[in-house]
Amino acid sequence: MHEIVSIRPLLAVIASLAVTPILLSARSPNVREGWTFAAGAVKLGIVLSMLPAVLGGNVFCFALTEVIPGIRLAFRVDAMGMLFALVASTLWIVTSAYSIGYMRGLDEHSQTRYFCFFAIALSATIGAAFAANLVTLYMFYEILSFATYPLVTHHQDEEAKISGRKYLFFIVGGSVVLVLPAMIICHMKAGTLDFAPQGFLAGHVTQGLATALLLLFVFGLAKAALMPMHSWLPAAMVAPTPVSALLHAVAVVKVGAFSVARVLTGVFGVDLLAQYGLGTLLAVLASITILVASFIALSQDGLKRRLAFSTIGQLSYILLGVALLTPKGITGGLVHIAMHAFGKITLFFCAGAIFVAAGIKNISEMKGLGRRMPITMGAFFIGSLSVIGLPPGGGFISKWFLALGALESHELAFLCVLLFSSFLNAAYFLPIAYNAFFANPPDDAKDAGIQEAPPWCVAPLAFTAMASVWLFFNPWPFLDLARLAAAQVTGG
Amino acid sequence: MNQYPAFLIIAPLLAACLIASAAWLRRSLCFPIAVLGLGTSFLSSLGVAARVLTDGHFQYRMGGWAPPLGIALEVDYLNAPVLVAVSGAALVSLIATRQIIEREQGPKAPVFYTLMLLAVTGMLGMTATGDAFNLYVLLEISSITGYALTASGDRLAPLASLRYLLLGTIGASFYLLGVGLLYMMTGTLNMADLSHLLPALYGSDAIFAAFLLILCGIWLKAALFPLHAWLPGAYSHASHASACLLAPLMTKVMIYVMLRVMFTVFTPAYVFEQISLEGFVVTLASVAVVAGSLMALAQRNLRRMAVYIVVAEVGYMVGGAWLGNQTAWTGAILHLLNDVLMTLCLFLAIAALAGRMETTDFKNLKGLFSTMPFSMGALVLGAMSIIGVPPACGFFSKWFLLKGAIEAGRFDFLAALLFSSLINVVLFFRLFECALYSGDDHHGPGEHGHIEIHEAPLSLVASLWAAAAGILAVGFYSGSIVNNFIKPALM
Amino acid sequence: MESITGLILAKYNYWMYISLMMVGLYAMIAKNNLVKKIIGMNILQTAIILFYISIGAKKGATIPIIMHSEGHGHEAVHAVQYINPLPHVLMLTAIVVSVATLGVALALAIRLYARFGTLEEDEINDQVREAP
Repeated sequence: MHEIVSIRPLLAVIASLAVTPILLSARSPNVREGWTFAAGAVKLGIVLSMLPAVLGGNVFCFALTEVIPGIRLAFRVDAMGMLFALVASTLWIVTSAYSIGYMRGLDEHSQTRYFCFFAIALSATIGAAFAANLVTLYMFYEILSFATYPLVTHHQDEEAKISGRKYLFFIVGGSVVLVLPAMIICHMKAGTLDFAPQGFLAGHVTQGLATALLLLFVFGLAKAALMPMHSWLPAAMVAPTPVSALLHAVAVVKVGAFSVARVLTGVFGVDLLAQYGLGTLLAVLASITILVASFIALSQDGLKRRLAFSTIGQLSYILLGVALLTPKGITGGLVHIAMHAFGKITLFFCAGAIFVAAGIKNISEMKGLGRRMPITMGAFFIGSLSVIGLPPGGGFISKWFLALGALESHELAFLCVLLFSSFLNAAYFLPIAYNAFFANPPDDAKDAGIQEAPPWCVAPLAFTAMASVWLFFNPWPFLDLARLAAAQVTGG
Repeated sequence: MNQYPAFLIIAPLLAACLIASAAWLRRSLCFPIAVLGLGTSFLSSLGVAARVLTDGHFQYRMGGWAPPLGIALEVDYLNAPVLVAVSGAALVSLIATRQIIEREQGPKAPVFYTLMLLAVTGMLGMTATGDAFNLYVLLEISSITGYALTASGDRLAPLASLRYLLLGTIGASFYLLGVGLLYMMTGTLNMADLSHLLPALYGSDAIFAAFLLILCGIWLKAALFPLHAWLPGAYSHASHASACLLAPLMTKVMIYVMLRVMFTVFTPAYVFEQISLEGFVVTLASVAVVAGSLMALAQRNLRRMAVYIVVAEVGYMVGGAWLGNQTAWTGAILHLLNDVLMTLCLFLAIAALAGRMETTDFKNLKGLFSTMPFSMGALVLGAMSIIGVPPACGFFSKWFLLKGAIEAGRFDFLAALLFSSLINVVLFFRLFECALYSGDDHHGPGEHGHIEIHEAPLSLVASLWAAAAGILAVGFYSGSIVNNFIKPALM
Repeated sequence: MESITGLILAKYNYWMYISLMMVGLYAMIAKNNLVKKIIGMNILQTAIILFYISIGAKKGATIPIIMHSEGHGHEAVHAVQYINPLPHVLMLTAIVVSVATLGVALALAIRLYARFGTLEEDEINDQVREAP
């Protein structure tokens, strides 16, 4: 494993940040969106340029200034971070395209503000993916929290304000009150905060302290929405749908899950967790969240709310995978970051497209919608398959590895959780698609003909749906990256 | 080269005198002279800091007289960064508030500049002096000018200023009395001499009384809760020009004096081993942090909210200084420097906003992100720092304070700090919620008409952004500041 | 009993300045009239000045001017024969400070009187409450 010192990680992070002044001063919306795409392409290009070397087992490093004696703001691009950055930077471009269709389709206000904070949020996401130590990770985590606040409250009505407060309370409260002290204790005990492939806490903490720290981290990183720190997520669904799509299915929640995965492997280390039985503890917490969230999702009628509870459950799959502490389990958990991202973003795009084209927000009103919006509902069906974990959706790959991981760790209870929750997933997703295509539409909408959303909306969702299928047949490079990351953190 | 410490203090003093006479000739000369004075002072402080980095502690003998007969300026690792922060912040706030001063004071503007420069002279002198009585005189110079500065403002400013004057005089008198007791016991007023002579007398009640009197005096001037009563009125009724100069500097310089008394005049050995006040003081500081935050929460006016934040921040620093370990001291000193920047940024932003509205009540702030994006942007950075979000500098000092609290086992202080961080989130996001959204509450579909940007004067916005950039720069380099200044200072 | 008498009598100068200080502090805290508060402040400052002066005193010593010594300065100076001059010098500065403070305080009082037509603090507060 070579360490390549390169400025590329920093460039990837600031690519989208750097265009915000241009976005703010752009005279016409077209120029503004042009720059958004340019920044997205540059960012993706930089990330891709590092991919071959990372796949070869190398890491890119870049250190900035020393902020606390012994701790630098630093970037380190390894397989795990690369996997996440690749997902986020790809989906940013897709979401930008979708945002144009959605925001213009609804003629939303304050579009410049929207695109600016979107860009800042993306910078923070990539920064979190490439963070080399806890302080850097925390920094980007917090910046992301604040940058997404204006997006969540975009509608600026009473409901949005209340949701915004809830969002900040859980996210910032968790990180300030729980994560910050945990970080300081780690620094006191181990004298370092740099992520090490096998963790750095081993030998520095007792079982009791390790358990306490673990709980502080997994609950404090509330973006991972582990119950009971989940209730901000359904509330945050008041945001415009592209925001929900990128931030609440991909960037924000995945930063949470990714941070937890990073802390588990890079701070605690797989061996330490196994030694103290903490993996099982976390797996139990994750399993509870998976099951409870799935049951709640069943009862939701609001499409976005159902998706939100589905997300809460799916995030815990990632945590469960890592908590299994076996190479296959970790592979499954990490690859689920990518697979779920493509699947869930498709579903959110569909929800937004349905709202733009038909003004429908609730599942009960969607009967027969497939005849009016065949492409959208087709994509919705594919996305559902992927999230449930059925072939030919990419989600099957991650579920497969998760199941293998559960077998590998001889924890059959978790295998049962996986299977049962997949059944629940199917129970809350498939009826939507079934009703859309086969149920009779309400009388007034019977002969409406095809009424799809604008092409800027439909093209991205078709793309992500196809990508989900494509990832089933060809999960490269995500699977390779996840395998590599799992091998690195388990010392295999 | 060797005269930097003298320039540091004489430049603003000289400029103050020059302004008073230049005002007879041409009023337009006054502002450039003031900038020149504070600019020289700032450059000298950089020179002083550079020299400290190479040579360590050094002494400047005024008029060549050796202490203890003569009066010396002592510059070391502890006060060099404080000097830079004080002179820099003073320069920035002078440039920023020019329009406000000219508008409010009219023909009396030169007097106002003179007062500002004298106040800065006093504060720089307090920071640099090595003599306990000298410190009293300089304290009174900056205080008396401070009373005069706070007296110009709204209708209630003279009353607030008079209350400040009465309480401030009690504080200064306590300090003077304490110094008198020290002189009575040791026969010297020189800090270095005192620190040599005092250890033999550590058991004495008179020394203990002197320490307590000095400490109470400093706390009164530093507005440590519950001795803070003068601060909210004085800083919220005063002219924005005075508040921008005094709020960031006065309390911080007093905290520096407290550190100087604790570390140089007395020693940590006395403060933490001979007498055991730290338990009480840290509890008091925790209460100060919580009370300051809660009182800030109760305000419906941006400016009044800001002054209570200052009260809470004083608790941070006092608590850090009294936790009694290296980490917490590092945090207290770093927070002192950061707080100068944070408070400066906050008050400059408030001044910028206030120039465009009648009062800074929350209800007047609607839609400000659209109409004053640059001022609000800087305010966001300041808020991030006060909340404690990296890479803003406030995070890093809070880090040391929290760590110090854990090391000392003072979980009440830890809880107070975390609580106050949360309250700060509420404080500022309540504000941003108002400012993000336009007044007429329209939302949803419809591209809205172009909103006119109506910013504060350029000099104010530029200075504001200088402070905001300082917050980020100090944040990014706080490791270097700790390694190069604070660690050697605590050796 | 004797020891308490001793404590009071032997250190009467301290008791005097403490009493003066308390008088000053009382006036500053308890009086409603702003001018009385200012007078209290001045008493407080004077008490401290007196304290400084008293610690410079020595029994049987004279004012620190060489001319008064035996032989008019032809001999070595015996510090024991002179009052310590330093506290006096310090207090010159302190007096200047107190005059300056008093000046500012009185100026503020005049401003307040012009604005509110009274120097009673509660009356000013009432006016503020009625018309903030």
